[in-house]
Amino acid sequence: MDRTFHGRSLSQSIDWKLIICYLILLLIGWVNIYAAIHSSETGGIFSFDTRSGKQLMWIATAIVIAAFILFVMSPRIWEGASIPIYLFVVFLLIAVIFLGVEVKGSRSWFEFGPVRFQPAEISKISTSLLLSMILSNNNFKLKKLKDYIVVGLVLGIPMLIILAESETGSALVYVGFIFVLYRQGLSGWWIAAIGIAILIFILTLTASPYTSTAVLIAILLICNSLNGRNWTKWVLISIGIILLIALFPSFWHRIVGTFIPGVSALEHNPDVTVVQTIKEGAHLFFLSKIKPLYILIATALGLAPYLVIKAFHGRNTTFKMLSIIGFFAGVMMVFSTDFIFNDVLQPHQRKRIEVLLGLKEDPAGVGYNVNQSLIAIGSGGFLGKGYLNGTQTTYGFVPEQATDFIFCTVGEEWGFVGCSVVIFLYLFLIWRILYDAERSREAFTRIYGYCVASCVFMHLFINIGMTIGIMPVIGIPLPLLSYGGSSLWAFTVLIFIFIALDREEKKYF
Amino acid sequence: MIESNRHRNLLFGLGVAALILLAKLFSVQILNNKYKIDASNNSMVYDIIYPTRGIIYDRNGDILVGNKVAYDILVTPRKIGPFDTLLLADVLDIDPQVIIDKMAEYRKFRRKIGYQTVTFLKQVPPETYMKFAEIEYKFPGFKGQDRSIRDYPINAGGNLLGYVSEVDQAFIKQHPGEYRSGDYAGKTGIEAAREEELRGTKGYHIYLRNSHNQIEAPYKDGEMDKEAIPGHDITTTIDAHLQQYGQELMNNKVGSIVAIEPETGEILAMVSSPGIDVSMLADIGKHYKEIARNPYKPMFNRAVQASYPPGSVFKLVNGLIGLEEGTLRPEMKYPCYRGYPYGNKKLGCHNHPSPIDLETAVMMSCNAYFCYALRNVLENRKYDDIGQALDKWNEYVQSFGFGHKLGSDFPAELGGTLPTSRYYNRIYGKGGWKFTTILSISIGQGEVGVTPLQIANLAATVANRGYYIIPHIIKASDGVEIDNKYYEKHYTMVDPEEFNKVTHGMWRAVNSGFGSGGTASIAAVKGLDICGKTGTAQNPHGADNSVFICFAPEKNPKIAIAAYVENAGFGATWAAPIASLMVEKYLTGEVNRKDLEKRVLDGNLMNRVKVKK
Repeated sequence: MDRTFHGRSLSQSIDWKLIICYLILLLIGWVNIYAAIHSSETGGIFSFDTRSGKQLMWIATAIVIAAFILFVMSPRIWEGASIPIYLFVVFLLIAVIFLGVEVKGSRSWFEFGPVRFQPAEISKISTSLLLSMILSNNNFKLKKLKDYIVVGLVLGIPMLIILAESETGSALVYVGFIFVLYRQGLSGWWIAAIGIAILIFILTLTASPYTSTAVLIAILLICNSLNGRNWTKWVLISIGIILLIALFPSFWHRIVGTFIPGVSALEHNPDVTVVQTIKEGAHLFFLSKIKPLYILIATALGLAPYLVIKAFHGRNTTFKMLSIIGFFAGVMMVFSTDFIFNDVLQPHQRKRIEVLLGLKEDPAGVGYNVNQSLIAIGSGGFLGKGYLNGTQTTYGFVPEQATDFIFCTVGEEWGFVGCSVVIFLYLFLIWRILYDAERSREAFTRIYGYCVASCVFMHLFINIGMTIGIMPVIGIPLPLLSYGGSSLWAFTVLIFIFIALDREEKKYF
Repeated sequence: MIESNRHRNLLFGLGVAALILLAKLFSVQILNNKYKIDASNNSMVYDIIYPTRGIIYDRNGDILVGNKVAYDILVTPRKIGPFDTLLLADVLDIDPQVIIDKMAEYRKFRRKIGYQTVTFLKQVPPETYMKFAEIEYKFPGFKGQDRSIRDYPINAGGNLLGYVSEVDQAFIKQHPGEYRSGDYAGKTGIEAAREEELRGTKGYHIYLRNSHNQIEAPYKDGEMDKEAIPGHDITTTIDAHLQQYGQELMNNKVGSIVAIEPETGEILAMVSSPGIDVSMLADIGKHYKEIARNPYKPMFNRAVQASYPPGSVFKLVNGLIGLEEGTLRPEMKYPCYRGYPYGNKKLGCHNHPSPIDLETAVMMSCNAYFCYALRNVLENRKYDDIGQALDKWNEYVQSFGFGHKLGSDFPAELGGTLPTSRYYNRIYGKGGWKFTTILSISIGQGEVGVTPLQIANLAATVANRGYYIIPHIIKASDGVEIDNKYYEKHYTMVDPEEFNKVTHGMWRAVNSGFGSGGTASIAAVKGLDICGKTGTAQNPHGADNSVFICFAPEKNPKIAIAAYVENAGFGATWAAPIASLMVEKYLTGEVNRKDLEKRVLDGNLMNRVKVKK
């Protein structure tokens, strides 16, 4: 039976724009890998001794795989096979911990002779498939606790195993699935909550616990004000409270100062020993042990029962209650930040965050990568230095120049224009996937499209963000551009399953 | 409707994220200039020009350490073509296996090396390099680079000069910002002490390189290049020929000679034997193991680091202290019947007339006389107890430069030891000791430990009749200043008047002729008026050490010298001849006592020295 006989032809049903965008990105990746390695590896762009030659081989095989998915396999099998595929990949993820080889401190690679691959890469595919299958079920609504738990397990199991493999980057990509859940009805406040949590974490580390608590209160107040009636009045009241909180610490120091003799004289006293004794005395004084932060939180705790009762009797009960819960979660976050930072994170992760936030300068160590990467990209200027003329990326100033830091080569040799083109190509890819997804009639296809788009987006933002210093150094590849077969194949399969699903639907319209 | 809203919200979020990335890129690539400047630092090549190191001269303008050219063979592994390994090995005079190993290493690290040039072989002599240069074209990727290395025209002062070697990571860390790997620095001796003057200032050529790491052109036509500034030359106080002669005399003996010009405190010669031959200094790395394994420890500079009992030469100090304290008068005679009796014991002495006065006691080195002399000092009623008296004595001895570092400009100088009342109280308990307990310090034994430099300084102090100038080894010269302290006279606590009362005894010890009872007749040289004092210091590790100090001439002395030979027996047997030959050589320019000279030069005392093998 010829399928095309009943519906549209192949060329009509396939989203060629998506495929062309995919191919352009592969080409850009390949030429830039050559640019990155051409001075340290002998052989031409096609030589299999070099990574550009090998990448060409990966590209060729990826296209074969893409064609196989598109033309040979039936797109209908994916939904049905999602559970076994998912379980198999989870099995691989666990197996790699015991059977894998160690690369740069993480045990996440299987090695078969010259070929290495990372189960974490394909877990994106399996998780996307299973998540799409579950969410597309008509009975499934993100309202019931049971459904939350199911989604939590589907995402949480592979994510936690990957974390255990010390592949923080790949685990972070899973955070992107929240956009899929949002599209499927999850409250937007969850995204906001994650954003606020990150903000509080950063503020506690860079400013002070008081500042981050104050900011938390400010956000909650403003949100509640905007959510209620009479919002102008409440916004004004909120601003008043926020100002009061902001100015409170300096008031408090004045108050403490008046109680302790000599503290006011401290500021201009040149005698170090006198200052020292007074300071020590001040330190012993009980009032000075009470930090403004404690007073702020004690006040909030005192007001809490009143607010809870008030919330019950007013409108928007759920929102207000959640705000109050959010506040306490936030305060706990503030107090546990030090613990998370010092005891949960590993030393190298801690350093990367310190460098990113500017808490520590480390131009020779962790900061080296970012600094060299910034120099390479920055020196590219508007139009770049020209193909193969980059000096920074080719001398090995930039580490991992063909893999995680491939964007540096783009930035140095093609400049701002080249970077913009690459970013717009990704934007187009994501936009086009979402466009096709929204038009599909099958919920499975649509949700799967969102999964694909989220994964690509997370990789894109984390990787480029890392090279230009707005994300910590997290080793994940730039989709389709970075050197490496494992990643390229995984993204090819991820994307082409969607194209195949999409085509399956369009055939009949 | 809600759902399409959400689609729109997500697209909006995507746009915001993309804008964040683009905005940061815009700021990094277009607004901010910092990264462009950093990039030019990264891709400019600084080709370092090494300055020639300063020359080290002796006091008469002879070169002790100069520079000569050697060649490093460099290689750019990326540019190597097929070549004849055997021919290259033959030309460079190395084992072909070395080349094969190196090539394997370059292949292994090829990614790390990239287009860089690395050192293939270090310090090839010019003759070898010339041979290589002729057929260099057969070895693409290889080239020679000249490099200045140290050259020693005269075999004098290996231990003094010290060596220069490539800095290691630890050294670079200790001197932040001053050195980079590949630099050389003085590590010991004068090379280390005067590193700052000697090293000069590095210069550089700046080149631009392209993305293939190839040099394209001088940056701004060399406008920004910096010339290297050669290091300052250093003039030492050493007399190269005297130093060399001293080394020859000390050949096959363990010990030191230190000669000082009394008037200036300038060290004329400082020999530590066995020492390091200058031929080893130029390539210390190659000889390091051999030197470190030598049981006689040639790296150990005995002249400033070994703490010895001074023996009888120390009697001079005790005598002078007695004179200053008023407890001894030159004409006072003490009896000596082969020793100083105490309790039912006796501190022995050799056979000589009795009783004798101070001058004769110095001349004949009577042990008993100086026991009486020190007893009178320590049992002086002026002091509350012997502890107080001993501490006063310690103060006196310190004023002669003993018991502490002299402060010479030679690195690694040590200070020796001097007993205090606290020290004896700790050992014997307070009140648990009296003069006879510590009797042996009268004759320079027991708890007195001094370095040969300090003994020579004593000779200079006596020669100057009461003061010394801190012995030093660097002379002030153009661009090189020396500390003011090397011009200051340090007077001892003993009145200069008192010194003449012992110097004549020293003259008589040398110039009274054999049979007179003078202990150092062997050191006499006609017309030189050498004044000397022998010492025979007991050595717990074997035969006695032979010690001798002298200065000459008696009036207006030009040289003061100390010789200390381990396990060599009487002071008169080895130390006195050695010191007097040095004096003769220095004052007359030649040595006429050929028989004595031959005996010393041929003397081999090494088998007497016990060492841990």
